[in-house]
Amino acid sequence: MKIIKPKTTAAALEPDMTPMIDMTFQLIAFFMVLLNFGEAEQDARIRLPSSQLAKPPETALENALVVQLTGDNQVLFSGELMPIAGLDEKLRREARFITLSGEKPEDATVILRADAESKTGVVQEVIQKCQENGFENFALRAKQEDEES
Amino acid sequence: MKLRHTASQAPEKVEIQMTPMIDIVFQLLIFFLFSFKIVTQEGDFNIRMPVAGPASSTSLQTDLPIKVRLTADGDGNLASIRMDDAVLPNFTALHEKVMSRVGTNAGPDATENNEAELDCDYNLKYRNVIGAVTAISGYVTPDGRIVKLIQKIKLSPPKKPEA
Repeated sequence: MKIIKPKTTAAALEPDMTPMIDMTFQLIAFFMVLLNFGEAEQDARIRLPSSQLAKPPETALENALVVQLTGDNQVLFSGELMPIAGLDEKLRREARFITLSGEKPEDATVILRADAESKTGVVQEVIQKCQENGFENFALRAKQEDEES
Repeated sequence: MKLRHTASQAPEKVEIQMTPMIDIVFQLLIFFLFSFKIVTQEGDFNIRMPVAGPASSTSLQTDLPIKVRLTADGDGNLASIRMDDAVLPNFTALHEKVMSRVGTNAGPDATENNEAELDCDYNLKYRNVIGAVTAISGYVTPDGRIVKLIQKIKLSPPKKPEA
């Protein structure tokens, strides 16, 4: 049997792109909204301990500086990995900068993002170094989850 | 002057070139797809720890701080929990003990007046500190509300293990 192709015009072959473009824009909007540039401080090298009480703060902390501590007890500050001894100079500079901008280091908050496997003693040493440079407020950061144990 | 359409000029169908737009849109989509990462929400435990001095000793203290001692084994895992010289098996027991202690203090400022100090071994893994802070600072009710117990928590100064 011979199949006869129906005669089609050139216009009928044009696909309708509208639904695809609609969907693509929807996807872009979805990813744009979810993309959180503010969480750039989060470092993949640090696996935070989890706590069910760790709720995100309602208002952003003013004058906050983030000190991160890796699992092998190295300090990560301003994107720079250093031993704990190197933190002193950085903190002194931060304290001086805060003072020059008319604020007090006592009013600033040190956000401490320490790895769950890091030693408590090293965390205490970081706190001690911050205290020596005039910082008094600390925020121990934890993952918002149900506790593992 | 009156403009007149010429009868011989047929209206032309204007076709918009979609290809460059779709190219860009897909590029954007790929960019957002790759830069997207699922991040878990993070929260803070706020602690105020001024350098030990006259300021802290003159502050109004109605109760002695609750001392919690956490010891570590050789691997840094939690070996024991002590509170007020009582050995506790886990953080749940610590939480119950704190509840019984704070619960006896009547008054609206009960959570503000109580203070806890964590004395931990140098090698103890930090996750245990957060576990203890969670047990001390409050609990979540079944309807998801957070009830605060002790807000003033501090860590004792580091004690390096003797070599």
